Amino acid sequence: MEDLIRRYGTGLTAVFCLLVAFWILVLVILPNFAMFEQSFRPYLPVVEIGGPKDVYGFANYGKIFANPVETTWFGIPVTIPIHINTFLLTVFYSALVTLMTLIFAYPLAYFLAKIASPRSIPTLLLLLFIPMWVSEALRAFAWYIILTFNGPLNALLKALGVIDQGIRWQNGVFTSYDAIVIVLTYCYVLFMLFPIYTAITSLDTNQIEAAEDLGSPWWRTHWRVVIPHAKPGIASGCVMVFMLSAGSLLVPTVVGSTKANWFPQTIYTWFNDALDWNTGAAYSMIFLLVCIFFVILTMRLFKVKLSDIAK
Amino acid sequence: MSAGIDLENVCCDFGTFRAVDNANVSIKPGEFFSFLGPSGCGKTTILRMVSGFIEPTAGAIKIGGKDVKGTRPNQRPTALIFQNLALFPLMPIWENISFGLEVRGVDKATRRKKAEDLLKLVDLPGAADKMVSQLSGGQKQRVAIARALAVEPSVMLLDEPLSALDLKLRQHMRAELRAIQKRTGVTFIYITHDQGEALAMSDRVGVMSQGRIQQIAAPRDIYDNPVNGFVASFVGENNIFEGDVGPVADGMASLTGPHGAFRARITPEAQGKALKLYVRPEHTRLSKTAAPENSVEMEVTEVAFEGAFISVHGLAAGGKRLQAEVKNDGVTQAPGVGEKVFATFDAARALLLPDANVRG
Repeated sequence: MEDLIRRYGTGLTAVFCLLVAFWILVLVILPNFAMFEQSFRPYLPVVEIGGPKDVYGFANYGKIFANPVETTWFGIPVTIPIHINTFLLTVFYSALVTLMTLIFAYPLAYFLAKIASPRSIPTLLLLLFIPMWVSEALRAFAWYIILTFNGPLNALLKALGVIDQGIRWQNGVFTSYDAIVIVLTYCYVLFMLFPIYTAITSLDTNQIEAAEDLGSPWWRTHWRVVIPHAKPGIASGCVMVFMLSAGSLLVPTVVGSTKANWFPQTIYTWFNDALDWNTGAAYSMIFLLVCIFFVILTMRLFKVKLSDIAK
Repeated sequence: MSAGIDLENVCCDFGTFRAVDNANVSIKPGEFFSFLGPSGCGKTTILRMVSGFIEPTAGAIKIGGKDVKGTRPNQRPTALIFQNLALFPLMPIWENISFGLEVRGVDKATRRKKAEDLLKLVDLPGAADKMVSQLSGGQKQRVAIARALAVEPSVMLLDEPLSALDLKLRQHMRAELRAIQKRTGVTFIYITHDQGEALAMSDRVGVMSQGRIQQIAAPRDIYDNPVNGFVASFVGENNIFEGDVGPVADGMASLTGPHGAFRARITPEAQGKALKLYVRPEHTRLSKTAAPENSVEMEVTEVAFEGAFISVHGLAAGGKRLQAEVKNDGVTQAPGVGEKVFATFDAARALLLPDANVRG
């Protein structure tokens, strides 16, 4: 603080502090607190707001346990409340997206950090970035076109002779979530790539060579030397991709099949279609807390500390 | 088992730059061999070629008589100790040391035992469960040696591993390395730019400059009988005189130049080339009167007390810098600054040498 004042003067320091305080208080804490408070109140006609019926309770949170449906999970029949079903599938497929981005991003990050010649790096990074200059909505629609029944993907596969008949990608080949997983993986792969790339760049190349010199095959060098070093990067990439995927509304709306529900869509329906902001707020709170819990649990499992990710 | 190494006409090009030019050397099993040279002379390139990280552009490298062309570093019987050691900071010491055994599928208990044995060998018992960051520079050094020894290599390759240590520790580790080499009998190839290190530890030294091996000989020979001016200058100080070489007789020749006529040794290989006269400062005596031969008058400009000896610098006619060492034996008197003295040397101690062997 004293350092800031000495460097920028009292006036500018006060502006900095006020802006940061405004951001945290007004733009982060206040709206979230408002949501939190709303989530405990019933949805009432305007005239009854503040009246005798407007009391705090957990009724909104209880709604998630309503409406049990019979469905199957990978062939196993289960009876489960419909919104919890959506919720669990969202968490599961977000985790799958995270795994997919990791599988794509790690080798690419290693290539960029240790194998590609330093002179080609700016070009390669630019090529990776250019698609990201297009808005997420446009990219989602582009994939909608790619995956559509008479779209370029089916045309290409037919031309190559891989398939005889077009595949209905949006309805799903393996599950009804195929299209969502593919497009989310595409959209968020860079959020996985860059933290891992940064982490591997900081690894001393001599350590990789030392492992090889001691007789280590390539996979063991990665398992014992590169991955442990890159773990904070992998963890922060995983947290980012998981949270972004689980929270995505646009991609599931554009490319999702009618059978694939994404939990943010459920929340959106409460807010927008039912106009029941209170229940929407309750669902948002549940979603936020469970996702945070899931992330912390995974970090515990892989022995990553929060301070590692902040690096 | 230690193995010998043969480099046969080995060349290595990086683009148009030739890093190693036609290197030929035969290193015997169990030998402590050093490559000595300034940075950029190609010595690290040779080491990386032997360990397998770089393939030679031409020529053959044989380890234990077998051509290792196309063999990856993880398949070669060599162990490299990196300049920065490259220990694995996220593994405890014992896992560092036993990593090579882990790769070979040795079970955990055996690995642990072997790591502890090796820690004893390098005089660092009880460090097995520490992390790399908890060790001092010298201790890390020992762990790196233990890690390399764990895979029982036929050849140990050391890339200036002592350069990061302070003087006292460096001298201690020199003796230590030499002792470990004797105990294990493994062939050591040592890379250094420090002539003291190379001369003190090695059985033989290869002096390099600009990608070429200038001379391969025992340390004593390198110092006393350098084959050219580069070797003479790199492994010690010299007073150098230019001039024209006269007729050769009994391995001696005369050199006549602006500072007078001198007599010095000449080798058959040096005959017929452009030569200069080289004589070491410790072979240069100072006296008040001129000697019958090999004597130059100079004015003393600086007298530096070095402890065991006194270094006397002076200027001869034409601004020629000369240097002599006076032993601090309590008898010999060093001249004072500004005094005029004669610098004299024995013809048998002076050498007529060509310049470095470089690509034409």
